[in-house]
Amino acid sequence: MTQTRRQIFEARQRRRASTIAAASTAGVLLALIVLIPMAPGWEAVKRSFFNPEVFARTFPGLLEAFLLDVAIFAWCAPLIAALGLLVALLRDLRSPALYPLRLAAVVYTDIFRGLPVILVIYLIGFGIPGLGLPRPWNSPYLWGSLALILVYAAYVAEVIRSGIESVHDSQRAAALSLGLSQSDTMRYVILPQALRRVVPANMNLFIALQKDVALLSFIGPVEIFRQAGVYKSLLANFTPYVGAALIFLAITIPATRYADHLMNRERRRRT
Amino acid sequence: MSLLRLEQVQKAFGGNAVIRGVDLEIGAGEMVCLIGASGSGKSTLLRLMNLLEPVDDGRIWLEGVDISEPGLDPQPIRQRIGIVFQQYNLFPHMTAVENVLLAPRRVRGQSREQARPSAEALFSRFGLADRMEHYPDQLSGGQQQRVAIIRALAMQPQIMLFDEITSALDPELVGEVLDVLRSLRDEGMTMVLATHEMAFAREVADRVCFLDGGRIVEMGPPEQVLGHPREARTRAFLSRVL
Repeated sequence: MTQTRRQIFEARQRRRASTIAAASTAGVLLALIVLIPMAPGWEAVKRSFFNPEVFARTFPGLLEAFLLDVAIFAWCAPLIAALGLLVALLRDLRSPALYPLRLAAVVYTDIFRGLPVILVIYLIGFGIPGLGLPRPWNSPYLWGSLALILVYAAYVAEVIRSGIESVHDSQRAAALSLGLSQSDTMRYVILPQALRRVVPANMNLFIALQKDVALLSFIGPVEIFRQAGVYKSLLANFTPYVGAALIFLAITIPATRYADHLMNRERRRRT
Repeated sequence: MSLLRLEQVQKAFGGNAVIRGVDLEIGAGEMVCLIGASGSGKSTLLRLMNLLEPVDDGRIWLEGVDISEPGLDPQPIRQRIGIVFQQYNLFPHMTAVENVLLAPRRVRGQSREQARPSAEALFSRFGLADRMEHYPDQLSGGQQQRVAIIRALAMQPQIMLFDEITSALDPELVGEVLDVLRSLRDEGMTMVLATHEMAFAREVADRVCFLDGGRIVEMGPPEQVLGHPREARTRAFLSRVL
């Protein structure tokens, strides 16, 4: 097939653009490779942050500690989803008798979205075991997880609520006109559409949660961040932190890309 | 006795009077067309009839029962009065047949197996037997609107309301939807239709009501209202649209 004049022109433009992009990227990389080692402290930094022996020695231990992060994430995530959904639905209640529940949901989201995560972890993680509860009820795993669940469920609830509000009112009208009850309308018509729309936004929240699990290290659990700290003290070297960072990125970058992909697909579907 | 009777019905939205005292009787098996400019109150009148909007004042009687009583549970009434909207309003996350089965299952408490045969019969009757498992976005506008009609019919309503159901369709798809209405008329369904299709109204309506400014200005058989309108406002409207 012969190309149109337009196609020939566009192909030339594309070739030009990629040549320029490649050349400038190579230039920047080269400058970094040449310039960074010229910094006066480079040798010291290389020794304490990018030490291959330390990396090889500590990486398996870090991976093992990361399993605890994964486990904490795995038991928190479903509880967050359930509590978030419940709070979102409570905020939609119309019946006056249930007003206290609705008020509680509003107060709850305001409080937990308004506090730094680490502060909630400290208050709950140290405060509740401080009541002198017997084992296993004084476990930092339990109360640390609860702190994460409470904070993240507040965000998830807001995201779900925005999804519910994004479903056009004509859908509600169509369902009600068929004689469906308010709750069936929500359950079968509004909620399925709302939840589908907020999958990408919720994925971003869960990626943030995966990172914030490391905050539990401040109240005790030896997860990857704390394990890296242990290695750092043991070996007087910061390389374990770099190893931990790489492990986090190996999970979060693909997950973020996937969430972006879902978000773009949703945007295309809606236009 | 008339099936549905409106008596001095009034409705305002935020101080803006949309329906200013409408009297209308609809007999069983009758087909009534509402015509009038956009904003004349046609859609609102239909939404008042099946209680999607509460009536401010006046009364609506369904088989002698006042259904406009404030505080009345609208759910059982809405099951008896179906409505089809201009924009179809199908549920996009369900297949065509699931759209149709939802209300019989949830409201009537029927199982899928119980409800499916009559749904299938409706799909076949309106030429959509091979589209039952399609999602709304896989259907043409005309097909979606026919599914919306089937969805309302599946609850076996006593009255069907149609709110400008061909206005969002490409011209070549209007015919297939109007054919459905003809077929329903032939079987004696009671229908109220807000429409801009004057030729269709003339062909099938028992009565035509011309609305202007939230009132019925002129009402009568189509030959009279559309052919020899008495009121100046009706003549002015018809000369603009015909």
